[in-house]
Amino acid sequence: MKARSMPGSEAVRELGWFRAHKWLLLRRISQFGILGLFLLGPWAGVWVIKGNLSSSRILDTVPLTDPFVLLQALFARHVPETTALVGALIVVVFYGLVGGRAYCSWVCPINPVTDLAHWLRMKLGLRSNARISRRTRYWLLVVVLLLAAVTGSLVWELVNPVSMTHRAILFGMGMAWAVILMVFLLDLFVGRHLWCGHLCPMGAFYSLLGTWSLVRISAYARSRCDDCMDCFAVCPEPQVIRPALKGAEKGKGPVILDSNCTNCGRCIDVCARRVFGFRSRFNQREEVLGNVERPVAPAGVSSTAAQRRQANMEAGT
Amino acid sequence: MSKAEEKPKSSERRRFLVDTMRTVGAVTVAGLGLGIYDRQVASALPAQAIRPPGALPEREFLGACIRCGLCVRDCPYGTLRLARPGEPVATGTPWFRAREVPCEMCEDIPCVKACPTGALDHGLTDIDQARMGLAVIVDQESCIAFQGLRCEVCFNICPLRGKAITIEMQHNRRSGTHARFIPVVHSEACTGCGKCEHACILDEAAIKVIPLDLARGMLGRHYRLGWKHRVKGLTEEEKSRRFNLPEGVEYDYRTGIVRRKANPAPDRKEGGVPPDDSPFGDDPLESLRRRRRALP
Repeated sequence: MKARSMPGSEAVRELGWFRAHKWLLLRRISQFGILGLFLLGPWAGVWVIKGNLSSSRILDTVPLTDPFVLLQALFARHVPETTALVGALIVVVFYGLVGGRAYCSWVCPINPVTDLAHWLRMKLGLRSNARISRRTRYWLLVVVLLLAAVTGSLVWELVNPVSMTHRAILFGMGMAWAVILMVFLLDLFVGRHLWCGHLCPMGAFYSLLGTWSLVRISAYARSRCDDCMDCFAVCPEPQVIRPALKGAEKGKGPVILDSNCTNCGRCIDVCARRVFGFRSRFNQREEVLGNVERPVAPAGVSSTAAQRRQANMEAGT
Repeated sequence: MSKAEEKPKSSERRRFLVDTMRTVGAVTVAGLGLGIYDRQVASALPAQAIRPPGALPEREFLGACIRCGLCVRDCPYGTLRLARPGEPVATGTPWFRAREVPCEMCEDIPCVKACPTGALDHGLTDIDQARMGLAVIVDQESCIAFQGLRCEVCFNICPLRGKAITIEMQHNRRSGTHARFIPVVHSEACTGCGKCEHACILDEAAIKVIPLDLARGMLGRHYRLGWKHRVKGLTEEEKSRRFNLPEGVEYDYRTGIVRRKANPAPDRKEGGVPPDDSPFGDDPLESLRRRRRALP
């Protein structure tokens, strides 16, 4: 019963656990690996990278600066040194290519927290969901920048859970655990993907950064889709999938072009039909295989898909 | 037919507007709350919190510091730390407590060099020009030098010994025969590094580094200290100025006080005789006149 209620179980059965968690594992390795590199300095005295996600230096030479925090400083009318500008430029170019919100799913230290909340939600079958627009984050982004301009100080950085979490791990916790817990509880009880998917102005900024990014996820084998809805159930931004997955009739390509796709690759993992894959944004090629299985297909597999679709609907996808 | 089609459309538009207004309203509330919180944080930097050398004035600093901690990492003495949530300093910004670990005043100022944004002003290249705060002997009652005991620890530990802190000898009135060796801080040299506060031998330091605006008084700009300005005489502006003198009295800078003969008080002699119980004459011009007589 439990196995049926969790999306991705079919993929695990058909492809094995590791292939059905490949991108999730890689993502965790990336998240904790980056954190580990930062911690190597203060813990072991090996300074590969120094500072924190707001600004850092790799091997004491290459500067990296978070363009979001620097933009706030610019709005606060501070003219920064070139180091910060160069660092921000490097970061902007990088995420401009690999997908702005790849920051959210591959680097951000809050992501494991909200992922855990989402996993628990599914496990416990919690359905409460606040009616909050996904556009709220963009309004919040505007307010954050306006506040910086009006007050002349980086107001958002007083409360920003993202930078605060990373700083807390590297420079001392203080009361930061309370802020992390707040985000966790918000996501667990108040609304599905509430923080990362609705409120976080940093994610909003990075989504804008990745508007033209090259690395995308493509539903390149969308004709194989059996409508099990597992991808919608795990996706932190489910609204980005539909145009690509279901847009064939409307003449839309299979590449997910919405800038809020976080390139987390969870849809790739969870799909037993191998519909998704990483592609370049210009690669609109589709793979149409001979044995196109539509929901009409024989008993075993498709009945599971139907059941699962039902379960996902009930879970309020 | 057309009306039936329009209706859902307009209600949809209405819902969209209402939803948008709802979002904007909620976000505005959050923004205002944050603004108030910011004001509170920015104005509440405690006096014992010292910013690193070269830090911009607090308000500008809070708009320039991106809280990356590179200054903390590059400080070889572990002086600096980033404020944690719950501490009284703006979250994530660098500061130190002199009594715990003072600034060692590195000649190459690595913390300033590390700052990517210039919240620590890169124009600061000579650490002696840093002004992190000002050392003040906040408690003469407990400082043992004021009791007539020899200490001078703050004087000896001072990186600008003899400039930022000097020892002045005073007569010890308690014993009548000894001197008191009093430490005196000079604001024109003190960098606010806090080594004196750190080294003070008392359980609670009698000398403390406090923010400059808290530590310094300021004389009104119109004041002229006679012994400094005497040679220069009065400026043109001062000559033309009407002085606030008692009625019937004028001042000319060449001839000095000019008393217009009106009806002088009959029972008062020129020069005024001090009454028995006061050392001052009751003629308000007496002291001025005395001073003028004393001048060559």
